[in-house]
Amino acid sequence: MKLELRGITKRFGDFTANDRIDLLVEPGTVHALLGENGAGKSTLMNVLFGLYDADEGEVLLDDAPVAFAGPGDAMAAGIGMVHQHFMLVHPFTVAENVMLGHEDVRGPAKLLDLDAARAKVREISDRFNFNVDPDAVVEDLPVGAQQRVEIIKALSRDASILILDEPTAVLTPQETDELLGIVKDLSDAGTSVVLITHKLREVQAVADTITVIRRGKVVGSAEPTASQEELASLMVGRAVSMRVDKAPAQPGETMLTVEGLTVVDEAEVVQLDGVSFEVKAGEILAIAGVQGNGQTELAEALIGVVTADAGQAVLDGDVITGKSIKEVLHSGIGFVPEDRTEDGIVATMTIANNLILDVHDKQPYAKGLALQPKVIADEARKHVEQFDVRATSIEQTAGSLSGGNQQKVVLARELSRPLKLLIASNPTRGLDVGSIEFVHKRIVAERDAGAAVIIVSAELDEVVALADRIAVMYHGRIVGIVPPETDRDTLGLMMAGAHQEEVA
Amino acid sequence: MSEQGQTTEAAPEEEAPQESRSRQVLREIAESSSMVVFMAIVASMLIGGLLIIFADEAVRESAVYFFSRPSDTFSAIGDALGSAYSAMFNGAVLNLQAESFAATIKPFTQTLTMATPLIFAGLGLGLGFRAGLFNIGAQGQLLMGATVGAYIGFAWDLPAGLHLLLAVLGCALGGALWGFIPGVLKAKRGAHEVIVTIMLNYVALYLVAWLLSLEAFQREGSDNPISPVVAETAQYPKILGVQFNLHLGFVVALLCAVGVWWLMERSTLGFRLRAVGANPSAARTAGMSIGAATIITMVIAGALAGLAGSAPVLGTQKFLTDSVAGSLGFDAITVALLGRSRPLGIVLAAILFGGLQASGPSLQVNAGLPVDIVVVIQALIVLFIAAPPLVRAMFRLPAPAHEKEVAA
Amino acid sequence: MTATVADAPAAPAPSTVIPPKKFGPSIALGVIALLSLVIFGIGTPSGASTTFVVARGTDFVHLPAYTAPSRLAAVLLSLVGLGLAGWAAYRANQHRKVGIWLPVVYGMAIMGALLTWAGAGRDATSIQITGLLTSSLFLAVPLVFGALAGTLCERSGIINIAIEGQLLAGAFLAALVASMVGNAYVGLIAAPVAGALVGLLLAIFATKYWVNQIVVGVVLNMLVVGLTSFFFSTVMTENGDLNQALGMAKLPIPLLSSIPILGPVLFNQNLLVYILYVTVAVLQVMLFKSRWGLRVRAVGEHPKAADTVGINVNRTRVRNTVLGGAIAGLGGAFFTVASGLAFGKEMTSGKGYIALAAMILGRWSPRGALAAALLFGFADALRAQLGAIGSPIPSQFLAMFPYIATIFAVAGLVGHARPPAAEGIPYKK
Repeated sequence: MKLELRGITKRFGDFTANDRIDLLVEPGTVHALLGENGAGKSTLMNVLFGLYDADEGEVLLDDAPVAFAGPGDAMAAGIGMVHQHFMLVHPFTVAENVMLGHEDVRGPAKLLDLDAARAKVREISDRFNFNVDPDAVVEDLPVGAQQRVEIIKALSRDASILILDEPTAVLTPQETDELLGIVKDLSDAGTSVVLITHKLREVQAVADTITVIRRGKVVGSAEPTASQEELASLMVGRAVSMRVDKAPAQPGETMLTVEGLTVVDEAEVVQLDGVSFEVKAGEILAIAGVQGNGQTELAEALIGVVTADAGQAVLDGDVITGKSIKEVLHSGIGFVPEDRTEDGIVATMTIANNLILDVHDKQPYAKGLALQPKVIADEARKHVEQFDVRATSIEQTAGSLSGGNQQKVVLARELSRPLKLLIASNPTRGLDVGSIEFVHKRIVAERDAGAAVIIVSAELDEVVALADRIAVMYHGRIVGIVPPETDRDTLGLMMAGAHQEEVA
Repeated sequence: MSEQGQTTEAAPEEEAPQESRSRQVLREIAESSSMVVFMAIVASMLIGGLLIIFADEAVRESAVYFFSRPSDTFSAIGDALGSAYSAMFNGAVLNLQAESFAATIKPFTQTLTMATPLIFAGLGLGLGFRAGLFNIGAQGQLLMGATVGAYIGFAWDLPAGLHLLLAVLGCALGGALWGFIPGVLKAKRGAHEVIVTIMLNYVALYLVAWLLSLEAFQREGSDNPISPVVAETAQYPKILGVQFNLHLGFVVALLCAVGVWWLMERSTLGFRLRAVGANPSAARTAGMSIGAATIITMVIAGALAGLAGSAPVLGTQKFLTDSVAGSLGFDAITVALLGRSRPLGIVLAAILFGGLQASGPSLQVNAGLPVDIVVVIQALIVLFIAAPPLVRAMFRLPAPAHEKEVAA
Repeated sequence: MTATVADAPAAPAPSTVIPPKKFGPSIALGVIALLSLVIFGIGTPSGASTTFVVARGTDFVHLPAYTAPSRLAAVLLSLVGLGLAGWAAYRANQHRKVGIWLPVVYGMAIMGALLTWAGAGRDATSIQITGLLTSSLFLAVPLVFGALAGTLCERSGIINIAIEGQLLAGAFLAALVASMVGNAYVGLIAAPVAGALVGLLLAIFATKYWVNQIVVGVVLNMLVVGLTSFFFSTVMTENGDLNQALGMAKLPIPLLSSIPILGPVLFNQNLLVYILYVTVAVLQVMLFKSRWGLRVRAVGEHPKAADTVGINVNRTRVRNTVLGGAIAGLGGAFFTVASGLAFGKEMTSGKGYIALAAMILGRWSPRGALAAALLFGFADALRAQLGAIGSPIPSQFLAMFPYIATIFAVAGLVGHARPPAAEGIPYKK
């Protein structure tokens, strides 16, 4: 089936997630939709799948316009979707999950015909070598097999267009290879596949056509023969360049030494694989890389939110790995978390309270058990002014602020203590240009005041603009540490896994 | 996305100039949650009125010939409602038929007496709600507090003052222990506090029933499961003289309300509890311990519920039975909800519900209505305030701007 | 990298997650069985005997009373408990679950040992086995209905704390309507209506207004207590005809009721008990084998997944909560028309909360609810028996048993209680 999207626009309030997007998927081909997280890929597919209503534009199947009121309509029309977060009922068996919503039944009591469901699962599983047992309970299956169940679910409903939303985000490299093989087989069998991803390697491996989306717009399309660096630069946007006024760094003593830091997650996937590096006082080390290559885990392991399974981090002579979050923070580390609303602020508390979340029990904010409201208010006013937080009052709840102002509150809090090290994860994500500039300025000021700074960013522009040195991460390892003058093609190659030496 | 917050905030301000000043004030009142609370109370009293009418024999009898003489029905309705509401007022606020000043104000002192345990327990539950914990166990915590306090009261022989102090502390301790169990099971084993506290209510009930079967707890010369009377040295003194039941426990409850306010709004501990309750993830990232907050909250909430037990055993009833808790633990849940978990709100809600309960005898004697109508009204009030959109729809109040967004 | 896997069968990646073996439950069971062995077994004076009466005068087949050496019986029963603990450990070692039958048989064995110990050497009294089992079943009736109601609601994702209120409402309306008509059986039709209304209120507040379901449940319980007590004290008291003690006759099933011991226990009961058997069986099959059940469980576990395959989440929840309320209401008829009693204030006295416990211990399945409720009913009946023979164990401790067992279960100390994943969370699109 041929799928065409014409001029799709989807807005959330003032934010335009999709801006007049056109897309054409030819029958039996693999079409990759490439872009960073937050570029608007998933929104587009949710529009297509009937989960969101588009504000403008139309969807055509085999040149006939269609309108879906919900996922049921989309499925009936032959569109299947494998969501990034699987839509599987964990305690159910594979067969039960596959049949759910379009069950074969027997008798007036509508008892389930599990044999029919099993047969269907086996038939599809055999056709594509999925090797899935219809009677296995889903929660006992590894993630890769769960994903194959999702694909069976879609195929059992005769999907002729299959949307895979970030399918490899949770897979091990081996599972990823298996999946890419399956995608090839599916398209060979005549199914159109839309592959949403930000991973270049996968795109090159299987895509017939590539469309790149950035900030809600189609910024280009490419042939699969395009080089990884071409794709990378399209994706992260070389055209817009950011400038940050900063003097050359004056690196001092080594402030942070990380040796062999390793994190293995609950699913026993190695997220951080023996990472070692140093950061000096008065310099900014930016961690670059395509998202999901261990950057988040690195920041969280340093702060103690996740426990390191091996290796250690030493801050100014003190080992900080193994300490509680509170101890780590008080040993002189400031942390700007990646997910501001989840980890950064308490939305229902006031700005003043959010400004002392980590120091509320320290002098001068508290004497013994007693908070000092006057000190807290005075300091809050000072911070709100210094950090240009646009609020009517410090008693306003943090949740009522715009994203940029929320981030300023977080920054004001984290920068208000004397810091040896500042760790900021994607500090400007979702912010407007003005706020971005402000945040960058404050980070540079912190460096100039003598702190070591680690910036994790998925935006290459931001990395280049801020960094004194750039560490590029790939698959949980640092593939190289290079100076900020390094040209973008080289950086792009490194982000795709090539080692520094190979590039050079 | 991030700019959304700003625009929704700004929107009402832009509309404002188009409205006349007075209209805007009216609208703000109508949108406020205190208006919803007030309307919820009105609606509940009205529904209570319907029940009274339905249950009234005169009304039912006259309704049989409604179409020939409707006026009889209406006057019967009027009589039923009139006597019910005036009985409530006379029983809970001021007795206007009374001869002396003391007798006139006695109903209100009775209301405050009834409100005392509700304030204590409501404070404990409210504290839990704000820290994100659903404590259904005030009933059991209250019972355990009453048990320890009563035991100290009747078994120990101590000088006045000290005896009372220890008995009151005993109440707090008993309740704290019963709060600690679900707290630690939640923090260490992830056991859901709702289920554990419900089950502990019954464990406490049977534990106390068993204790009361022991010699150490039995009143001499009685086969019934009731304890000896608490020594006078351990009783709350009556603060308005002997003709009123109002005792020092009420003052202690008010002090606790101030204490809880201070704890939650002005102390570092309360700050932590609020942060953990509102966003555990951010609290943890800021270095706070979720498990510790859970245990501490449950212990304090339990202690306050235990103190609620002091009101009957040291104040009004003055001895222990296994029914000493009545339905106080569940009433306290409604008090905490109506009071929006804030100390001042809880005190006011407790006085409202205390008044409803205090009006029971008067309803019975003067209007011939069972006290159960009070429970109905209480439950209805809480149901209504829990669903503001329902109340607004009933009275056609405008929805606040932010809720319109959600609805759209 | 190109896709090279096309021809080779894609072997499923080995499971990297190996759940830890959970021996805690079996250890707990073993320790208690050992204690039972020491206290009830060794602790029973040798030579004493316990008399068990297994038939009643009215039974079709007359069996003689059986006198067992107390010590041997208590030791044997404790060993059965120990054996079951060992089986549980063996299964845990293999990462396999044990059925709900195990804790139930185990509980009965240990309580049997206790009973033997308590009855030892009391020649004047004997243990009425049939009577004990009959009253166990009888006392379990409202618990089973209540637990089924809870199971139906929670399987669809709605927490039902209002079981107590549904039972009470059912008891009230059954008595009222039966008294008005003068026929106890009509009460069985009225009772579910009352429970369903309470369920409907719960469903509306939970799905339309997103009010915390625990709040609604607690407050609905209060509301029903208030309403029924109010009408009891006014309308019913003024007019005694509206609250009569009407009973339902026992309907012995021919042949089946003549089976020794179990016959009179299971098949000489009134209509409500037979309805109970059918309800448990039907719900067990429907919940786990039918399309309806599959969809309900999907809604309770992962509502979004259900929504993406075209299932209406909130409609399913409302229907289930109303149906659950109706079943609990039917259970409420137990207290009045099925027991031959008039309605009394707050006469359910917390049975709804024990039903909640039975639902948890029964792991949210009808069969499990039945087993757990029977265990609780047995504990309750045992309390009465021990009271009659004058036991050294305070009856209050037996009364606590269901609650403590439930606390152990939710704390993961005995068995693993996992509620439906989406329970209590309003579904908002």
